[in-house]
Amino acid sequence: MITLTGLTKRYGSFTAVDGIDLAVPKGELFGFLGPNGAGKTTTFRMIAGIILPTAGRIQIGGVDLVRQPLIAKRRLGYIPDRPFVYDKITGAEFLRFVAALYDAQDASLERRIDELLDLFELTPWKNELTESYSHGMRQKLIIASALVHRPEVIVVDEPMVGLDPKGARLLKDLFRQYVNRGGTILMSTHTLEVAEGMCDRIAIMQAGRILARGTMADLREQTESSGASLEDMFLRLTGGFREHQLDLILEA
Amino acid sequence: MVRRKYRGPRLWIVLSPKWQSARARIRQEQSGAGPRLLLLALLAVAFWSGVFGLLYRVLRYFRGVAEIGDLLSTKLLGLALLAFSSILLLSNLITALSSFFLAKDLDLLAASPVHSIRFYLAKITETTLHSSWMVALLAVPLFAAYGIVYHGGPLWPLVVLGAFVPFLVLPAVVGTALTLLLVNLVPARRAKELLSLITIGAVGTLALVLRMAQPERLVRPEGFRSLADFVAMLQAPTNPWLPSDWAMRMLMNWLLHQADPIPVALLWGSAAAGLGLGALLYRHLYRSAFSKAQEGARVSAGGRWSGALAWLLRWLPADRREFILKDTRLFFRDPTQWSQLILLAVLILVYLFNIQSLPLFSGDQVPASVVTLVAFLNLGLAGFVLAAIAARFLFPSVSLEGRQMWLLRSSPLDLRAMLWSKYWIGTVPLLLLALVMTTVTNVILRASPFMMLVSLVTMVTFTLAASALALSFGALYPRFDTENAAQIPTSFGGLVYMMASVTLLALVIMLEAPAVATRIRAEQSGVAAPWDAWLVVPLLAALLLCVAATLLSLRLALARVRRLEL
Repeated sequence: MITLTGLTKRYGSFTAVDGIDLAVPKGELFGFLGPNGAGKTTTFRMIAGIILPTAGRIQIGGVDLVRQPLIAKRRLGYIPDRPFVYDKITGAEFLRFVAALYDAQDASLERRIDELLDLFELTPWKNELTESYSHGMRQKLIIASALVHRPEVIVVDEPMVGLDPKGARLLKDLFRQYVNRGGTILMSTHTLEVAEGMCDRIAIMQAGRILARGTMADLREQTESSGASLEDMFLRLTGGFREHQLDLILEA
Repeated sequence: MVRRKYRGPRLWIVLSPKWQSARARIRQEQSGAGPRLLLLALLAVAFWSGVFGLLYRVLRYFRGVAEIGDLLSTKLLGLALLAFSSILLLSNLITALSSFFLAKDLDLLAASPVHSIRFYLAKITETTLHSSWMVALLAVPLFAAYGIVYHGGPLWPLVVLGAFVPFLVLPAVVGTALTLLLVNLVPARRAKELLSLITIGAVGTLALVLRMAQPERLVRPEGFRSLADFVAMLQAPTNPWLPSDWAMRMLMNWLLHQADPIPVALLWGSAAAGLGLGALLYRHLYRSAFSKAQEGARVSAGGRWSGALAWLLRWLPADRREFILKDTRLFFRDPTQWSQLILLAVLILVYLFNIQSLPLFSGDQVPASVVTLVAFLNLGLAGFVLAAIAARFLFPSVSLEGRQMWLLRSSPLDLRAMLWSKYWIGTVPLLLLALVMTTVTNVILRASPFMMLVSLVTMVTFTLAASALALSFGALYPRFDTENAAQIPTSFGGLVYMMASVTLLALVIMLEAPAVATRIRAEQSGVAAPWDAWLVVPLLAALLLCVAATLLSLRLALARVRRLEL
């Protein structure tokens, strides 16, 4: 469903994403892990069509994102890490606007908006301006907006930030059901338990490259660490902190 | 299912959050902001009436001048539209950068299937509205005066719209195209700084050149060699290739009942062609430019002067010193902030040039009493300039801490130290400016030692008070939602501050007036005025008023900052 071929992004002399090849089939929840600055958000922003790749190709369901952006983008729902919502419009107005952007204004739209707001417990704030929403409520509204046009693929950057435990659990169940029904999700997270519990396959990125990818079993094989947790594998691949650095700081 | 060829959402859908936001804002303003709206409406009506009244008188006078009256009116309109064009172009450059490259909704729109042409049209509509509304408001009394004096008739507003819409679109198209090219060359955030610098430099140069050209000579035909020269100058087109000239001709043709379709065709044809070319340019350049706009500009900190300042301030307690250093660094590392000093320098130069141009010493000997009176009235002008500068640089200082207030409030920092630092960092340069300005203008005016003393003491104490008022009103009416410091003084709080400081200035001048009147009477009768109660008490009262205003304002600011909850 998503195919990345030699995907590269350079900012001047700095290479943020360095020739990534990846294929995520329909009905899979694929997780991206990596330390800060690894290139995850840049990769996601390229897949969402926000920034152009310096080199390489992105295909969504076989459609080239750069050559046919309108068709490719219609299949996609994007949930950014720092969500933007217009302050002076209501939650319902925002969802209607996003539905219109994706040409999803059918007869069932109002019902769908109500269902989504109800699902995320935003119904009481449906007609309130979003400036009065909390961070978590805005996050829920953004997630609802990514679903309003029934996308085939969801690209989601750090979905759990700002959500309460109930909201986080709801999102996990929602993503799992979405994938079971044939949807595809590309998700980045720093919460290793979330990645381990939710993702079918995982890629670990560092310095713009994928260091390892596959199921948990594949990762253990690639890192030669049988029985290791995802955290151990992550730290082994990305180079964790050094014990003596901690000693230096704490004893100073 | 066969579907039509998908072209993305329609233009009105892309624009819908904007008008929905505007509607919500208006509703919010209407509920619970009655007195504020009333005050703003009164000020707007007063301003419009003032501009309209002035223009009405000037145009009535021009109309009565035989042979050249209509030429004068045409020339005036051409100059006004030319000035509008310059403002619009500069304003569009900055606004296009924000709306096309830095706005917060761009990620959402860029990730959605919006057709490139509709995206361009939506953003250029937004750019045009944001950059032109102030010029449009300013133009209302201008066009109203022309319409009434020249009997434009009931269709006049439609004719004005017909000329003004393409007149507004053209600078937006050009500004957007230039911004598009610029962002392809340098990252957007750096381009913003560059554009601010260019804009302020251009406005400053324009103001200086216009003033130095002494436009007042234009209304004195006796300065020209012959009437023929004067008429020839009036008949020469301002610039036949500029939209301002086409708009002027279209409007004056209507008012003078002349049929000429060329200006209409030029205006609308070039606006349509401009939009077409702009869309083409956008299609080829925008995606790469937007990608580039996501890059951050790497800026070196430049620590030498900062180290020198730290050394100079080493005698201060650490918290106060660090606050001053932090604010100084923030100010001088942001070109959008320090570049305003260029404009300030230009305004001061124009102010001094105006004082020097006063016809006090060009003809017959003017009595000393007149010089004293002019020097005294100059206090009002200088005070107003200083209050306006305090509004720009001191009023926003509390608001600018808004995003970091959590850090300040959670630290053991004494808020008195914060206010103290903010007060002096703004007041010291302002005091220096007040002293230089007052001394130079009094030297130019050849004021007496008495007036020099009164002026210096008044300006120093008023500057201390105006700074305290600016800080205090800035804390009373904070704007934590804006990142642009230049926008903060234009808020309602800024307006209230300016009214308060002008009131204080008026009170100071009224209190001092009896003392100066005593002095003027003595100068007229040729006897030395004694330093008695009639002279000393009014001056002392003005001094005490300023000191009281300073202390009260600072106490109020401290109390307000302590109560602020974010």
